[in-house]
Amino acid sequence: MTAETAPDQEPNHGARLLSMWLLLSASCDPLFWFLAGPHIPPGRMSSSAATQQTDFNVLAMIAIPVVIGVLLYFGYALTYWRAKDGDDTDGPPIHGNAKIQVTWMAVTTALVLFLAAFGTVELWTQQGAGAGEGPSPIWKPDSSNILEVQVIGQQWAWTFRYPQFGGFETTALVLPEGQPIQFDVTSLDVIHSFWAYQLGVKADANPGVNNVAYTTAKQLGQVTVRCSELCGLWHGAMYDYGKVVTATAFQSWARQSEVQLASITRMLPPFALTYDPTNVPVLNEVLIKLGLTSAGGGYYNSNDLEQP
Amino acid sequence: MSVAARATTLLVAVVAVVAVLLFITFHFLLAQPPTENFTPYASNGQVDVTLQTDPQNTVTNKPDWVSYFIQDPATKAWVHTTFFEVPASTRINVTIIGYDGCTLLRNPVWGQVTGTIGGVEYVNGKPVKQLNSWAGCNVQHTFTMPGLGINIPIASPTTLSENNNLCGTSPCTSGPHMTVQFSFMTPAHGGIFRWQCIIPCGGGYLDGNGGPMSTEGYMSGQMEVAAS
Repeated sequence: MTAETAPDQEPNHGARLLSMWLLLSASCDPLFWFLAGPHIPPGRMSSSAATQQTDFNVLAMIAIPVVIGVLLYFGYALTYWRAKDGDDTDGPPIHGNAKIQVTWMAVTTALVLFLAAFGTVELWTQQGAGAGEGPSPIWKPDSSNILEVQVIGQQWAWTFRYPQFGGFETTALVLPEGQPIQFDVTSLDVIHSFWAYQLGVKADANPGVNNVAYTTAKQLGQVTVRCSELCGLWHGAMYDYGKVVTATAFQSWARQSEVQLASITRMLPPFALTYDPTNVPVLNEVLIKLGLTSAGGGYYNSNDLEQP
Repeated sequence: MSVAARATTLLVAVVAVVAVLLFITFHFLLAQPPTENFTPYASNGQVDVTLQTDPQNTVTNKPDWVSYFIQDPATKAWVHTTFFEVPASTRINVTIIGYDGCTLLRNPVWGQVTGTIGGVEYVNGKPVKQLNSWAGCNVQHTFTMPGLGINIPIASPTTLSENNNLCGTSPCTSGPHMTVQFSFMTPAHGGIFRWQCIIPCGGGYLDGNGGPMSTEGYMSGQMEVAAS
């Protein structure tokens, strides 16, 4: 509005902006939901991945009208309220508008409260939504047929142990479709983070801690496993590939692996939720048997300055 | 100060800063050990690669760090590096002469031989599928290349006298040792595959994963497969 423009000649900017905002939002939200939504990562390969994709889409549906509102107002202001050439007069003084302020606070409060409730419900109903829940998970799948897979990180490789199949350990991550999976994630050295991207599972691997995460694979296919915690020189190369197969194929693979790896399994320590690799009792036995001075069962000499 | 003098000073300062940045980038950040190229030496679809492990490293300023060495295919001299290049779709016949003493595997699962032709390694000529380092003094390091599923536990001298009289000068040419041999096929496509010793053998560092375990050219490196 300029000094030369009489207030009664002004169009109803609020109504204009509101109608344009409604029109654009009502157009862009469905466009995003139906066109981009199905391609939003991490996809829908598992229950947790599908939940995450839905969550991202819901957040986007809320964010899109906000972004449109900001940009629309910005563009409208540039178009209609810009100063004319040669007009050096001040703009009209700005006064508070209680109606707008109350509306703004009410809408943003409602949005934030909705998101808090929405996030809690999503965590609750999706058994942690693929995130590590710590050693005592609050949310567990309502099933008596849960497959346990222990994920062991060490610099710089992942191994996977299947306690329900004799405790064999392998670098191959094979999972069944349709069966709830419990990942018991731990580490043998530093902090790693198990990130099975397509499954929407991400859980820190801490030494001495069992971090539990749940998911149920819904589609067959390849899974990329990465470490998402900077863990040393070859952190960037600490990745692996797994696959989701049919329940029948998984049973066949697991039984076969149990037999094939039996001699290796006998060398492994008994299955446990965590291991203490800095204190290996057999080290003492081996070294004493050999005649070398032992470190009392410690993996490293405790006299080393850098050894805690 | 004249404009020309000020401009010259500014130019010299900029050049100096750029030079320091370039030096840091290339000398420290992008520096890597030399690459031994075996590609020209492949014949009949195969090539021989020879490495050794040493209990120390007297050719660098880190004499107490364990280290791999690679034998140059042309001169047969031992080179302090862990980087090598081989051709694609080729059988790689690897010989590792292990001069170090025994160290337990932190995770015994790495005592299994995987990814080799025939699923075995040959320890002093005898085929072996696995070594149980928790049952005796028999493993010193591993040659583990996750990208190709290769894991080779490297056998160690087993007796007390051998372990107390390991080679003391690098690269080792004599002393108690075990010879491990295995073969594997390189993929048809080119690529870079990192490899490492999975035993945290950086003694004196936190949980053994510092020092030689965290520095290229000692207990980890990479194999570049040259696309044909």
